[in-house]
Amino acid sequence: MTEVNVTDDRPSGMQGVIADWASDQRAFKGVPWGKAMMWIFLLSDTFIFSSFLVSYMTVRMSTPVAWPNASEVFALHMFGANIPLILIAIMTFILITSSGTMALAVNFGYRKNRKMTTLMLVLTAILGASFVGMQAFEWTKLISEGVRPWGNPFGAEQFGATFFMITGFHGAHVSIGVLFLLIVARKVWRGDYEDDTERRGYFTSHKGSYNIVEETGLYWHFVDLVWVFIFAFFYLW
Amino acid sequence: MANTAEGQQHPLGIYFKIWILLFILSGLSYAVDILQFEGLLRWSLVCIFMMLKAGLIVAVFMHMVWERLAIVYAILVPPLALIVLMLLMASEGDYTELTRIYYFIGGSG
Repeated sequence: MTEVNVTDDRPSGMQGVIADWASDQRAFKGVPWGKAMMWIFLLSDTFIFSSFLVSYMTVRMSTPVAWPNASEVFALHMFGANIPLILIAIMTFILITSSGTMALAVNFGYRKNRKMTTLMLVLTAILGASFVGMQAFEWTKLISEGVRPWGNPFGAEQFGATFFMITGFHGAHVSIGVLFLLIVARKVWRGDYEDDTERRGYFTSHKGSYNIVEETGLYWHFVDLVWVFIFAFFYLW
Repeated sequence: MANTAEGQQHPLGIYFKIWILLFILSGLSYAVDILQFEGLLRWSLVCIFMMLKAGLIVAVFMHMVWERLAIVYAILVPPLALIVLMLLMASEGDYTELTRIYYFIGGSG
């Protein structure tokens, strides 16, 4: 078996863009269809999350009532003092750590190191699940303090609606990601992506290819990416 | 039989470097809140750290720097339309606030 790289003899730069799109073949050279589809899905998801964030900006700008101070609303009382945003900071670091373990899982996958790939995928899933757990804690705390989608004791009424909508949608993405990670981890562990396997089914269409780990990784990094924007616009603004 | 090599294979070191950078940048944006920076300084720092983090994740963790430009442009150019949406809605929101202040607060008497 010889290794052939489809992109080796193709032009690069702007000429490459034109050559690839005008090739009367697939436009995305060197990108498996699953990865291209994942990217296009993520592009559509970018528009969904951006629409949420833009609508949040619009209601926040258009209300004459003062917006609740995120630094105080999201503070936790620990060690006898109110520490601003501490839970959010921990959640941010957990999500970044999980992105790192995911990147390692992709790398070990392409090295065909099944054990390490499974370990890293499971670790990523655990970190993701703990993120969702902390978010549930945060929601419970805010709800017990009287924050509702139609009002809250701290200021502008729109705060609750945008908060639950944006973090809820993001939390749903993380939860689905955890499931996705566990499914792929199990398949990697069983050896469904090895050259000699006879197993066929969901997410196992290519024999001997660990591309699915990278595609799962793209989704997971995207979830982390969205959190970067939520952290900046919702919690720090 | 030819086996097409389509995987992204890079040394582990670069992931660890980016990982550490992301930690530092997150720490810095959290520090902006702890240190109670206000006004333009706060917004510009928050935005700079945010864009740097987003760029590092997309470029390295999502392997965009190693992809061909055909897919890079297909994915990264369409979101530019969102900047237009943001600008439109910012001017809309500004106008709505002014009319609310005028009719509900200032002009009620």
